[in-house]
Amino acid sequence: MATSSGAELGEFAQRHIGTHSDAQSTMLDVLGYESLPALVSAAVPDSIKLTEEESVLPPAATEREALAELRAYASRNRVNRAMIGLGYYDTITPAVIKRNVLENPSWYTAYTPYQPEISQGRLEALINFQTMVADLTGLDTANSSMLDESTAVVEGMLLARRASKSGSNVFLVDEDALPQTKALLENRAAAVGIELHYTAYDMSPPPSDIDVFGALIQYPGSSGRVWDPREVIDAVHAQDGLVVVAADLLALTLLTSPGELGADVAVGTTQRFGVPMGFGGPHAGYLAVRSGLERQLPGRLVGVSRDADGNVAYRLTLQAREQHIRREKATSNICTAQVLLAVMAGMYAVYHGPAGLKAIAERVTSRTRFLADAATDGGHTIIHGNYFDTLTLETARSANDLVKRAYDAGFLFHRVGDNHVQFSVDETTSAQDLLAVAAVLGAEKATLDGLAPGHTAVGSWIPQSLQRTSEYLTHPVFNTHRSETSMMRYLKYLADKDYALDRGMIPLGSCTMKLNAATEMEAVSWPEFAGIHPFAPESDVEGYLDLIEQLESWLADVTGYDAASVQPNAGSQGELAGLLAIRGYHESRGEENRTVCLIPSSAHGTNAASAVLAGMKVVVVACDDRGNVDVEDVRARIAEHAGELAALMVTYPSTHGVYEQEIREITDAVHEAGGQVYIDGANLNALLGYARFGEFGGDVSHLNLHKTFCIPHGGGGPGVGPVAAKAHLAPFLPSHPFAQRRKPLPEERAARLEGGTTGTPHHNIVSAAPYGSPSILPITWAYIRMMGSEGLRDATGAAVLAANYLAARLRKYFPVLYSGENGLVAHECIIDLRPLTEATGVTVDDVAKRLIDFGFHAPTMSFPVPGTLMIEPTESEDLAELDRFVEAMIAIRAEADAVGGGEWPADDNPLHHAPHTARSVIVGEWEHAYSREKAAYPVPSVLRNKYWPPVRRVDQAWGDRNLFCACPPPEAFA
Amino acid sequence: MADKNTLKFTPEHEWLDISGTVATIGITDYAAEKLGDVVFVELPKVGSSIQSGKVVGEIESTKSVGELFAPVDGTVTEANGAVTDRPELVNEDPFGAGWMIKVEVADASVFDSLDLLDFAAYTALVGE
Repeated sequence: MATSSGAELGEFAQRHIGTHSDAQSTMLDVLGYESLPALVSAAVPDSIKLTEEESVLPPAATEREALAELRAYASRNRVNRAMIGLGYYDTITPAVIKRNVLENPSWYTAYTPYQPEISQGRLEALINFQTMVADLTGLDTANSSMLDESTAVVEGMLLARRASKSGSNVFLVDEDALPQTKALLENRAAAVGIELHYTAYDMSPPPSDIDVFGALIQYPGSSGRVWDPREVIDAVHAQDGLVVVAADLLALTLLTSPGELGADVAVGTTQRFGVPMGFGGPHAGYLAVRSGLERQLPGRLVGVSRDADGNVAYRLTLQAREQHIRREKATSNICTAQVLLAVMAGMYAVYHGPAGLKAIAERVTSRTRFLADAATDGGHTIIHGNYFDTLTLETARSANDLVKRAYDAGFLFHRVGDNHVQFSVDETTSAQDLLAVAAVLGAEKATLDGLAPGHTAVGSWIPQSLQRTSEYLTHPVFNTHRSETSMMRYLKYLADKDYALDRGMIPLGSCTMKLNAATEMEAVSWPEFAGIHPFAPESDVEGYLDLIEQLESWLADVTGYDAASVQPNAGSQGELAGLLAIRGYHESRGEENRTVCLIPSSAHGTNAASAVLAGMKVVVVACDDRGNVDVEDVRARIAEHAGELAALMVTYPSTHGVYEQEIREITDAVHEAGGQVYIDGANLNALLGYARFGEFGGDVSHLNLHKTFCIPHGGGGPGVGPVAAKAHLAPFLPSHPFAQRRKPLPEERAARLEGGTTGTPHHNIVSAAPYGSPSILPITWAYIRMMGSEGLRDATGAAVLAANYLAARLRKYFPVLYSGENGLVAHECIIDLRPLTEATGVTVDDVAKRLIDFGFHAPTMSFPVPGTLMIEPTESEDLAELDRFVEAMIAIRAEADAVGGGEWPADDNPLHHAPHTARSVIVGEWEHAYSREKAAYPVPSVLRNKYWPPVRRVDQAWGDRNLFCACPPPEAFA
Repeated sequence: MADKNTLKFTPEHEWLDISGTVATIGITDYAAEKLGDVVFVELPKVGSSIQSGKVVGEIESTKSVGELFAPVDGTVTEANGAVTDRPELVNEDPFGAGWMIKVEVADASVFDSLDLLDFAAYTALVGE
């Protein structure tokens, strides 16, 4: 193994990196370099190379050792029976879903379904999810998931503002909304200039003297209160405002749906549909809207279309509205989802069906009734007589005393105030739990007589006017898979339609589709990590907190920063957190007017969207012909906005996959003008171990743990986007009112959180849970622990080598668009298909779809440059797979030339008709200008391992013109 | 389809067919081609008053979301329902069946005060 130091690589690194010494020698020969260090040295500019090699990372552990250490962390978490509620409930993940989805690489290693032809399985799973949400909320269209409930509420607020005809700037907020939601609303509203007005509603219409563009109602309330919001909804509508209802999906099986109550938007979480609490995440939030608001939906939406043969096919719809495409015109920065978790929640509904879900809800609410009686017997006062699963008590003793008694018995209650406590019942609350909790409440003599089997009828505690009478989940998919055999086969049937990393390379530029090792995934479903409530007391989560602190210190170390926060649960949220930190910093220095954010024209569109949501003004900086940021233009823009310059946001290596030489000049110029430098860490896989953002001018960055650090893409989420910063920005990194451990803050900042000084008092909170999505952090922890500094460095080298090898092999057939000094690219390369299109009429789409016939997922299409493909092989692919890709691309080039040369008509050739389904090459007479063999088996290597796409090329325009976003009726497939 | 030589154009790739105090407004073939397959068109309500330079509608394709700008101050007298029902008309016949709105101005002289291009100047602008 050719390592930088000549030492043997750790055992795990040898498993993670696909190319070993012989292969690397072969590849280096093609490139004309003697060793891997010599190659990377030539590619990475001297000006940014690491100055000190010291690292806090321990030497690489073996897989077995890493698991033992994770066990030790796990053993320091205590799994109590969490009855805290507040949007997080213990749940039973059906084992058939856990094994076949959560722990199945066919689901978790897939990418976002941008290539619909190879993604029909998870697109169907997502349309099940959308149908489930739309049915239960009684609204017309649901998107394919949000990051969590509280950020979904923020998106609901933003949606209400742009859709409302009211000129008001005020959003009405339910005082009985979840506390974390209120904290998040405060932070996000302040950034974009929305004024929040709290009201208790008090069973009466909202204040008529305040004009509002929208209102939030929590249903049932955070306190558990169930009440009829119809009057409030009517009053808000009378002011031209929109109503956002944050609703509990399980409760909606029994309660009148938000849609029937008149709501415009419903949001919430689907966590309790079989997704473990995981100390806060990841879970799928949801957002649904009434008819007429579909085009205002943020995030992703799956719709029904048809393929080239006219068959039903799913694909992401209204993609032109995705926020990263709208750049500075964006109204949201959400561009990802929680696909894996949405699939799980949707499958929970598929497995239980409408009757099963209703039975769970009835059991939950009747058990809540039992505890209400027990509480009354114990001398406590129930505050709200109408409830679903949550009770708020005025305690007979002090709140602290009751919470402690519960804790001693193994139950977590939530202390609301000196004399008030609340707790929630969930599907895991057993009869034994009920007796134990009754004893805690002082009702020692409680018996289970009233809970005999069959006693589940909803009683007087849910008002008649709010008892649901409408049907839901009537589609056959929710009424078919009752046996485990049937469920297992349905999941297999869907997984078989899709192309994930368990089939072959996914060379998506800017996405870093590397190995998600099995050992890294092990700890995710351990109960000590999965079964923890995000607001559990510190004493229960010491293992978690120590692991998170260690991981944060490692992430800060490898990027050259002083502090990091894992709270942001997507890259976009990391960007937002970083930019809000910059704003907070400028404000703390009395420079509130610094709001201009410079963003290069080559940047990913999400950068601009995040800047807008951070309340910044985007100024675009030009790029030169080679795709580099134009230094002169940076200087000119800085001069133009001298006093208002907040930040420059730049991706390094650039979105064009090139190490820019002038990066230091650029960062220096920004600092001289009083600005801060945000370096987008999307391409960190080209830098780790060779350079650190903090050492070449970065003040703050977000990292994508789902790219560089092995968290699987999950078919389009979960993501984790930690934000790391220099010490001066550290006090402004994300915080949370319920964080178990607070990092010490400077006095001024601490005072602001208390509301004691100027400015709006708020936490810089960006996710619902204090540590974002902790249950998947052991994946990244394990990766770094098993790689060590050496391994990470060698992974970078192998990734850069693989990209340069592909560029060198393909250059003869396709121009490579950009390269740095020495003609080298970084960890990805862009091949230009525009000359080919010009000469032959063959488009990027044709090439991408034809790759499917060769058994490949297409590279990134037309980003960052239209008419190109961006290829990122990562370090995990071996030489045979790289060569198989080269073979496919060369064969495709020859096919295109045959089209250009007139051998095949422009509208009847294997590229034009790609991809080919089994049906399309078997059924009927073959009347094409090329053979069946050419269509399906274009190269011999496909003979032994053939992936058959389930549909032909999907018609994007037809689906967008005929919007339909729920499960199509079975007749559609006839 | 209107004779392009009698139309006026804006740098935002819109065309105006002016007749007295009323102008029929649409987007040019150049704009339609750049957008690609148009899938959704949203137009202002009939009777609404519009202000020059303001966004009054949306033209969405599979690739991007374009905006319809009001080229003049006036009142919307007609909105083309055919194009909202069948957005593909924008691609098929941008100067004919793909028209968007009709706008009435206070006085025909308002049009003279606008900085509009003739067909030759617009062609030069888009470099064709």
